[in-house]
Formats: sequence, C-alpha cells, structure tokens
Amino acid sequence: MKIFPVLLIAIPLGAAFLVPICFKIWRRLAEIITGLAVAAVLALSVYLALFLPAGQPLVYLFGNWPIPIGIMFVVDKLSAFMLVVVAILVFLSYVYATKYMDHFTGPGKFYTLYLLMLVGMLGVVMTGDLFNMFVFMEIAAIASYALVAFGTEPEELEAGFKYMVMGEIASLMILLAIAFIYAGTGTLNLADLSQAFAVMDKTPGFYFVLVLLVFGFSLKAALAPFISWLPDAHPAAPAPVSALLSGVLVKVLGIYALARVIFNVYGFSRASDPLVLNVFVILGLASIVIGGLLALRQKDYKRLLADSTLSQVGYIVLALGIGNEFALIGALAHILSHALGKGLLFLTAGAVEYRVGERDLTKFSGGLGKQMPWTSLSYNLGALSVAGMPPFLGFFSKLFIILGAVQAGMIIPAVVAGLFAVVTLGYLLKITNKVFWGKEGVKGIKEAPFVMVLAMVCLVALLLGGGVFFFWLKPNLLQPAADVLLQGVKYAEIVFRIGAGG
Amino acid sequence: MIVLVISLALFLVGLYAIITKRNMIKVAIGFSLMEYAVNFLLAIVGFRPGALPPILKAVEVGKVYADPLPQALVLTSIVIGLGVTAFLLALALRLYNRIGSFDLEEIQRLKG
Repeated sequence: MKIFPVLLIAIPLGAAFLVPICFKIWRRLAEIITGLAVAAVLALSVYLALFLPAGQPLVYLFGNWPIPIGIMFVVDKLSAFMLVVVAILVFLSYVYATKYMDHFTGPGKFYTLYLLMLVGMLGVVMTGDLFNMFVFMEIAAIASYALVAFGTEPEELEAGFKYMVMGEIASLMILLAIAFIYAGTGTLNLADLSQAFAVMDKTPGFYFVLVLLVFGFSLKAALAPFISWLPDAHPAAPAPVSALLSGVLVKVLGIYALARVIFNVYGFSRASDPLVLNVFVILGLASIVIGGLLALRQKDYKRLLADSTLSQVGYIVLALGIGNEFALIGALAHILSHALGKGLLFLTAGAVEYRVGERDLTKFSGGLGKQMPWTSLSYNLGALSVAGMPPFLGFFSKLFIILGAVQAGMIIPAVVAGLFAVVTLGYLLKITNKVFWGKEGVKGIKEAPFVMVLAMVCLVALLLGGGVFFFWLKPNLLQPAADVLLQGVKYAEIVFRIGAGG
Repeated sequence: MIVLVISLALFLVGLYAIITKRNMIKVAIGFSLMEYAVNFLLAIVGFRPGALPPILKAVEVGKVYADPLPQALVLTSIVIGLGVTAFLLALALRLYNRIGSFDLEEIQRLKG
C-alpha cells in the first residue's frame, strides 16, 4: 500500500506518453492502453478509500528526505475520497469517449491530454507540498485548456482562450502567494507551513497572502464574482471532457485546494475565525443565486448545465463556510453527488448532440424520449438527483448542507439553499420538457451507441445506489473525510508522526 | 523592499495589459510580464547579502549561504511559463487562421 501514491501518478503519466506511439501502430491499442491505465487508477483509488485506516495517512517521501526538506505525498481519508470521485468519473467518461470521440480527428492526442489531466488532478489531491500542488495544478489546467479548444472551431478556440486567460491569472496569483509564503516562512511543506502559520504574527501581509490564495482558488472554482469563463469553457469541450471539467476539475483545483489550505494549513474553524468562514458563506450564496438565475434563462443545452454547475459549486462552498460537522459531510457528499450527477447530465447532452447534432433548446421540438429512451431516462433521473430529490444521493447531500446551516443558526442560507433546490429542478426540467417529452419528434433518430448508454446507466446506478446505501456511505467514506477537515491543524502533527516512521 | 515594489509593479503592468488590451498577442505579452514579475520575486527570495554559493563540502560556521530552493522553483515556473506562453500563442494563431484577426472583440462569437 505504501507505493500506491507513486503508482497512481506513474501509471497514467507513463500511459499518457505511450498513447501517441501506440496510436501510430494501431488505433485501438491507444484506447486499450488508456483504458488499462484508467482502470488501474480506479482500482487503486477504491482500494485506498476502503482500506486506508482513518487517522493513519500514507506518507510517501520522495528520495527519503526528512519531512520539511523533500517533497512528499500524503494520502489521508480526504485525499482517498477525492481520488475515488475523480477515478470513477474519469473511468466512466473514458468508456463513453471510446465511442463519442469517433467523429473527432486526432483521438491519439485526445487520450494523451485526457491522461495528463487525470495525472494533474491526482497529484493535486495527493501532494503534501504547496509548490508541488501548483505544478500539478498547472499540468491539469494546461491539459484542460487544450481539451476545451479540442474541436478547433472558432467558438471552441475562443472559449479556450478565455478559459486560459482566467485560469492563468489564477495560477499566477497562487504562484505569487507561494513566493510570499516562502519568503515569510522558508518552507512550502503543507504540514510544516501549518505549524509556521500557527506561531506567526497576523500582520496585514499575512492576510494579503491569504487573499491572494483565496482569489486564485476561487477563480479556479468559478465562485460568484469570477464566473464569466465557466459557461463558455465547459460547453465548448467534447462531452466526456465537459463532464470531467464540471464534475471534478473545478472541485479538485478549486474546492479541494481551498478546503485543504483553509482548514488544514491555516487552521480556520467556525469557532475561532467566523469572519473568514463567513466570506465563504457569502461567496457560496452569491454563486448559488447567480448560477441558478443564469440557468433559468439559458437556451443552450450544455450552457444551461454549465450555469447549473456555478450554482451547485456554490452549495459546496457555502457548506465549507458553515464549517460544522453536518455541513462538511454535506459538502463532501455534494462533491460526490454533483460530480456523478453533472457528469451524467453532460454525457446525455453529448448523446443527444451525437444523434441529433443540435444543442440549441429552441430548435428541439420534443419527443426524443420515445427514440432515445435510455438517454431520456438517465437525464431525468440525473436531473432529479442534482435537484436534490429522494431517494438519490443528491437529496442527502443537500439535506446535510441545510441541516448544517440550521444547526449553525444560519436561517437565511438554509432558506436560500432549500429554495434554489426547487429552482434547480425548474431549470433542469426545462430540458426534459423541450427535448425529451412530448409526442412530436424528428423521424429516424436512434438510441445512442451501447457504450455511451452503458456509461450513463452506470452513473444513474451509482447515484441511486449512493442514495439507498447512504447509511453505509456516510460512516465509511464521508465521515472520515470530513474528520480530516474538522481536525484542522492536527493534520500537521499526524503527518510529522507518520513521516518520522511512527 | 524596493524589490517587492518593483516586482509588484511589473505584475500589475502585466495584469493591466491582460485586462485592457484587445490584441491577443499583447495579452500573451502581459502574461509574460506577470510571469517575469513572480519569477523575479522568487529568485530574490533566496538572496542573502554577501552570501556564498550553496555548495557545501563541509559545514563552515559563520558563513552565509544563498538559499538554493527558490532557484529550483524559478526553473520549474519558467518551464511552466514557457508552456503557457506557447499554448496561448498557438491558440491565437489558430484563431487568426480561422478569422483573420487578432482582435478579441472581432472574434467574439460566444455570448450569455
């Protein structure tokens, strides 16, 4: 088990550079290698999430340097949970992409970028070093810029350019913060930083660096004031990539990094620093409202889903800001349920586009439900989950966020969160109404190909299973991951103890 | 202190270029300026007045050595910066081939 973190990086990274060579030999060989790598990542992640003991993170020291000196990987329960979320969606999107990417040129390049994006996300989740986190973030981000512009139509190139400008401003803000942090503390190791911050004077400079970091991560997560790029970038990518961008990329680069730094490095908690956490409550609420309202008046299938992502990411940040146990469990559950749910909805958008060739909702006359029954069923069940209807996983995640808000005595956030669950259902049903329901229909449209339907049905099954077996999911995956965030700066103690061989 | 002011000023000049310029090449130049600013700051962080290069044969008490880590960080970030600049320019060129303009307002297709 000790070697797993390295394998998780080495396997997809090696495969990424084998793919172009294999593609020259035989097209399917590239697909098979990608599939093997992605399946290996899924198997390792699931094993880690199930069998990693709580409070006993894996610490892998590169070159066996003692802790504050070298680079290290730390896999605790929170990392393992994020690994599983990433791996499941990447695996199912891959299954879907094997068919979907047929009508694109250059699938060899696609799989290379796909695996590099996976490497970047896995690295961000596992690393225990701030600069290393930045490097992996850039790997994932640059691969995602290329994937957004993959179709090379003018719209897609423009979306890629916009996305890149915003993403790079965020990255440079984070790098600037890293430079200041190194100047101030002389260390970049997350555990060591956490101890250095604890004894530091809280000067204006200290808060300036915090603002830079929060600004950078919020831009990557597309929180309320910085939303302009997401509704352009996510719909422009090919559908399996849109699913990954909305499903996991914003959460890993934005939310996970933010949560790790805020809770485990700075050690903020609701009890000690309510002011800092209230900032996140406000950012989250603003995102929920703005994203929801944008989605209500949206007329493009994929853009509507992207606007909805803004709103749903707002729920996660709101829950992080509330910061008590219920809310954090809700935040993590929402990361899982939104990754699966929004991934699923983007895949259905791809299936419809694959068969009909249209994304503009005003051009649909309904009735696709008869011709594409499985896609229609997947969309409707996925929409119910994203909107938060029982018995799906999405219901429990929103329930826990609202319970957390009520427990913390925040009535207005609880009311807004509940109200916008209904708004979510409203805008998602708009697609059901325009595309899937009704008698009329374009003649001669078939159901999506088998592997695409398979990927969608698997996601529906996971959402339904996650809801029905929530009583198993909560103590085994969500609670230990939330405990990592709740333990705050004790993270450093544990990492130092394990890293010293304890 | 003066170093801090210089690099922050350079950073803001780059940011200004990115925000206000409509030409995609100028936006890419803005990014280069911002990268230089951060790299400059990082390199200066390792500076110690009168320091020796950090090549240790035996630990000598009382000598000051420069911090080698920021140099490694700068090298990494220069490489990342190269990738970013190259990809930005590649996107700009692809757009130019499609539309015949580097002007961001003329190429604008996406809206709300």
